[in-house]
Amino acid sequence: MRGTTRKVAVAGISAAALVLAGCGGGGNDGENTDAAAKTGGDITVRGCNPENPLVAGNTSETCGGNVLDVITAKLVKYNVDTAQPEMDIAEKIETTDNQNFTVTLKKGYKFHDGTEVKAKNFVDAWNYTAYGPNAQVSSYFFEPIEGYADLQSEDPDGEEGPQKAPEPKAKEMTGLKVVDDYSFTIKTAEKVANLPIRLGYTAFAPQPDAFFADPKTFGDKPIAAGPYKVDNWTKNAEIKLSKFADYSGEKKGVADTITFKIYQDANAAYADVLAGQLDLTDEIPASAQVDEKYKQDLPDRNIQKPVGVIQTITTAPTKVDPNYGPEIRKAISMAIDRQGIIDAVFNGTREPATGWVSPVVDGYKKDVCGEFCTFDAAKAKEQLAKAGGFKGGKITLSYNADASHKEWTEATCNSIKNALGVECVATPVVDFSTFRTQIRDRKMKGMFRTGWQMDYPSIENFLTPIYATGASSNDGDYANPAFDAKLKEAAAATDTAESNKLYQEAEQMLANDMASIPLWYSTTTAGWSERVTNVKITPFGVPDYASISLK
Amino acid sequence: MGKYIVRRLLQMIPVVLGATFIIFAMVFALPGDPTAGKCGERPCSPEYVAKFREEHNLNDPLPVQYGKYLGKLVQGDLGTNYYGIPVKEDLAKRYTITGRLAVMAIAFEAIIGILAGVLAGVRKGRFIDNLVTVSTLFVISIPVFVIGVFMQYTLGIKWGIFPATVPSLDASTWSLVLPAFVLGALSIAYVARLTRTNLVENLRADYVRTAAAKGLSKQRTVGVHTLRNSLIPVITFIGADFGALLGGAIVTERIFNIQGVGGYIFRSINSRDGVAVVSAVTVLVIVYLLVNLLVDLLYGVLDPRISHD
Repeated sequence: MRGTTRKVAVAGISAAALVLAGCGGGGNDGENTDAAAKTGGDITVRGCNPENPLVAGNTSETCGGNVLDVITAKLVKYNVDTAQPEMDIAEKIETTDNQNFTVTLKKGYKFHDGTEVKAKNFVDAWNYTAYGPNAQVSSYFFEPIEGYADLQSEDPDGEEGPQKAPEPKAKEMTGLKVVDDYSFTIKTAEKVANLPIRLGYTAFAPQPDAFFADPKTFGDKPIAAGPYKVDNWTKNAEIKLSKFADYSGEKKGVADTITFKIYQDANAAYADVLAGQLDLTDEIPASAQVDEKYKQDLPDRNIQKPVGVIQTITTAPTKVDPNYGPEIRKAISMAIDRQGIIDAVFNGTREPATGWVSPVVDGYKKDVCGEFCTFDAAKAKEQLAKAGGFKGGKITLSYNADASHKEWTEATCNSIKNALGVECVATPVVDFSTFRTQIRDRKMKGMFRTGWQMDYPSIENFLTPIYATGASSNDGDYANPAFDAKLKEAAAATDTAESNKLYQEAEQMLANDMASIPLWYSTTTAGWSERVTNVKITPFGVPDYASISLK
Repeated sequence: MGKYIVRRLLQMIPVVLGATFIIFAMVFALPGDPTAGKCGERPCSPEYVAKFREEHNLNDPLPVQYGKYLGKLVQGDLGTNYYGIPVKEDLAKRYTITGRLAVMAIAFEAIIGILAGVLAGVRKGRFIDNLVTVSTLFVISIPVFVIGVFMQYTLGIKWGIFPATVPSLDASTWSLVLPAFVLGALSIAYVARLTRTNLVENLRADYVRTAAAKGLSKQRTVGVHTLRNSLIPVITFIGADFGALLGGAIVTERIFNIQGVGGYIFRSINSRDGVAVVSAVTVLVIVYLLVNLLVDLLYGVLDPRISHD
């Protein structure tokens, strides 16, 4: 989420607050670098106000996340163009059974303070983030690791009760063992096919010894191992980064300094790019997207790229609202004219969804949803009749009113109403926190908007956290034992292709039950000034700051 | 006079207390859990929620929360907001920049507004009067964000005379000129019209005719005798406007990327950040009261018949 207003703007990007997606600092060396581009120089880019101090395990929003992306190095990094994981700090990650992994580190990889990245820097950082009482937002990333549950504790009489949660049983996960300075082992509680892919997420970054000495103030001037380091963070104004001279990774930064200027509004940042006072904005305001005005304002200085974000409609669990069974959901889905809404409301900046997985990830398969995600008013009506008609009186579609969701929810409702002949009302909920509270407490009836931004580029990330029984983001309480079993089977497959195939089969099951209604995939649009070149957007929708250069 | 000021200052205490309590209670009564949006579209872990509620005293009943807040407030500690940033530092910086903006806007208002009003009032019915009346009507009828975006585009981007946005918290006065003018634009129009109307009315008064009959020059009749009397409602307006500009500059602040008070309050309300909202608004209330006092004292200066003894 970005914006005052951080929150508003965040919720403003189609997928709302979402969990930030990490992206590695680099891509392939050399090949993609424009020969005419200079190294060195100072650039300024659009930033927004980080919610928390910059601690890798405690940052789940894009404002802080974008900065952490450039300053941290992880075991693996993602290719800027394909999102494929590549080794970074890790020399190799080996496994034979998808459950026991051995990580070997490169020797001599340095933190910004000159100390070397060692195995304990990973293990200690992960244990710290996972330990319940430390209350780190990214704690859940460590759930797959053996012993995670022992680091959590439950309040015996619930949140309201007088008793406090007891100390957790353990302080360290049993699944992590330091072998020597340059290797450690990871044991997961269950088989995980894509663990190496996940390790590129910011939450898995190592922390230097300085962090454990004083975690509280560390976040104001964090020390990491990435191509840039934080020089100065003036709250509400700017975050200044400079190139780390001793950076040990393959892809060094190009510009000497990168300054994140903090904006509360996309319009102001855009105006500054036009006036030449800012070099890059990764958010083009709606006013400039009308008729693709930004393409005239910034000729040859703009880019639009699909990113790992999907927007869906979820229906309330059956026990909360019994009127939205699977067959009804199919009828509603067929009644939505996705392309028409995208053209009318988003100026074509979305892509109609044909399944539940974003096209940018490994394992994506086209047209999983098939005819149920294709607009056909006649078939939709037929399907509704077959399902026995809608019994709830009128359909409702709730959204949080503090971001720009009004237009598309109303357009969607109109489309449903025209096709099915059932009254449909787009219902605003005052703001994002109220909206999420109602969903979380299972008090929201009818349909509501949901979005998902991937944490790591894998088909699995679009399935397990959202549709597995009891999963943390399963807002519609979808439960299908066959689906759960398929996920398990896929996680156990050691061959990536095989594993992806099983995940695709699992996704197919979502189509049979119409677990949620896929709407569209998001794109990120960025624009830059005449001073810079070599601007790329990663599949996470974040600019690859390290490769931006002055002309 | 001294007694009067002391009495007024003492009266402020219950007003400030009452205002803070009402705002505190209102934020408390808003639906929505402050931790609900903090972890993206998934719920925060129970440990995170527990720690968060504990740190911000959210488990206490309202009067206890308020008591704890007041206890810290009298020691000059405004606490930290939900993002862990001390409210006092944040507010000090934000009030500095918004205050500078508001003072500059008031200056525009007073200088341009009164000047235009006087010119129009003295030449009633002539070209300059019509010009002022029509142009102020034009400004009043346009929403402020249209004026802001238009001026930013023409003066800032196209011609590059002014910076398009304000660079940071320690912005130069030069970069604040454009936003301050936009912020004050609407009020300039009101001040001009108010001055004109009052001046026209007073120019018909008996004492003005007497002064003119005595042979006083026109400058003196208008400048000293009439204008002083005509300015009382204008001063009242400008005083009230100062408070409104401080808290209500949010639109201008967003257009020109100024990290000011308006945006702070808006964001804090959105994240149910009671401590931050109450502190920011308390300062606003105090500023309002002080400016009001100042306006009342100015009455005495402008019109000696009004006495505070």
